Amino acid sequence: MKDFLFAYRTDYGAVPKGSPEEMQANTKKWMDWIGSIAAQNKLSDRGNRLESSGKVLKANNVITDGPYTEIKESLGGYSIVKAASMEEAIELAKGCPILATGGNVEIREISVL
Amino acid sequence: MYYKGFYLMEKNELLPHLFRTEYSKITAVLCKLFGFEHIEIAEDIASDTFLSASEIWGLKGLPENPVAWLYTVAKNKAKNHLKHEAIFNKKIASQLSRSATDTAIPEIDLSVKNIKDSQLQMIFAICHPAILAEAQIGLALRILCGFGINEIADAFLTNKETISKRLQRARDKLRAAQIKIEFPGEIEIDKRLETVLRTLYLLFNEGYYSASHNSSLRKDLCFEAMRLTYLLIENEATNIPAVNALLSLMSFQSSRFEARMNQQGETVLYDDQDTNLWNGELITQGEYFLNVASQGNDISKYHLEAGIAYWHTIKADTKEKWENILQLYNHLLQVEYSPIAALNRTYALSKANGKREAIIEAQKLNLANHHLYHVLLGELYTGIDNPRALSCFEKALTLTNASTDKKIISQKMLLCR
Repeated sequence: MKDFLFAYRTDYGAVPKGSPEEMQANTKKWMDWIGSIAAQNKLSDRGNRLESSGKVLKANNVITDGPYTEIKESLGGYSIVKAASMEEAIELAKGCPILATGGNVEIREISVL
Repeated sequence: MYYKGFYLMEKNELLPHLFRTEYSKITAVLCKLFGFEHIEIAEDIASDTFLSASEIWGLKGLPENPVAWLYTVAKNKAKNHLKHEAIFNKKIASQLSRSATDTAIPEIDLSVKNIKDSQLQMIFAICHPAILAEAQIGLALRILCGFGINEIADAFLTNKETISKRLQRARDKLRAAQIKIEFPGEIEIDKRLETVLRTLYLLFNEGYYSASHNSSLRKDLCFEAMRLTYLLIENEATNIPAVNALLSLMSFQSSRFEARMNQQGETVLYDDQDTNLWNGELITQGEYFLNVASQGNDISKYHLEAGIAYWHTIKADTKEKWENILQLYNHLLQVEYSPIAALNRTYALSKANGKREAIIEAQKLNLANHHLYHVLLGELYTGIDNPRALSCFEKALTLTNASTDKKIISQKMLLCR
């Protein structure tokens, strides 16, 4: 088994906030999806969410507001899963609730140092 | 007063009762005094004390205060031993020669406080990470709970010889690892408590899920696990949320003890249980300790399991109940995976989100060699695709030898014919 990083990206500005009920329903979708991966014993680390604002430090002390201001989508969180292959990792990612709201999951094999 | 009840007991009930409650206390205090190198001596003196009691009480009748009598006799036997045996020379004689005025024999302190302290320290010593879990449970039953070799063998469904050997290996290991009977330091206490809680949890489950038909023995096992857990709660340094959560879990589970087995000793499934047989006091106790456990931010697996057990004390099938159980299982599996939790989570999913979604999820579990996996699939297909459900149950039957399992599966098969 290898570890794979799931990086969740979406245009968080474009996602409608929704009613409390809708937000709760969305949380349930995430919990059920992560629970499904955990029930297959394939969750390495649930990971975390990331705050929406951040800074990027470049050479010569240049600080900008985001990684790529020309791209609206940003990294909202990550998890680490266990899978035998990239294909299996992709299968696991298919149910991710972020896909239903226009976001995407970047899947990267982790190369252990 | 506690002792009064003794006179209501028949003499043949009193001794086994006292053995259960006092053997472990005497052993803990003496073992603490002698060290693990001489653990057998501590156990022998404790056993000898009860042998004397059965002889003398049989002849002369009950003493006025049986417990005090036992302590006095144990003290005397321990003192005699210290006087005569090599341990006396090794440990005490050298000091004696220096201060001849000292009375040579150390005080054998069987006060309530020292008993509690010794038992607590003994829990930590036995539940040491260096000892295998199975051996920890055996030692805990023998030394902390005063179970006989026969009873332990019965609980584990094995024979006396196997248990004796297992205990001997565990005692050797305690000596070889030079484990001290002491309270862990403040820094390592949380880490050490983790092992202690795991052992107490296994001890409880051994009683709760044991295939042994001796139901009073199984009950004793569960209540001993609860008693030891309570010992940790009474002690300030170990009274942390996870310990309260564990006791809450044990209370909720044991509240169904009378309902989960019928008079023939057969398992009664949750759905078929008579809620009148559920023990309300234990449920209230479970709620109390769950409440205490919720103070602070720490969420252990015992919190999550206690939460699941709490929702099971409400019999009615509501959306709220199953949604909560599902989320607790989702969380539990992230903390610690186990096949049983994965199967139960999928059952909760079927109740909360519907059978069709649960069937898809069940097929991802990769537990096809587990008979309960096929039982779950059978249940999920029941009413949707009965022939398929039947073939799942048939597959389950080929994967278990336990007659109770087979009986339950056959009952479920009747529902899809």
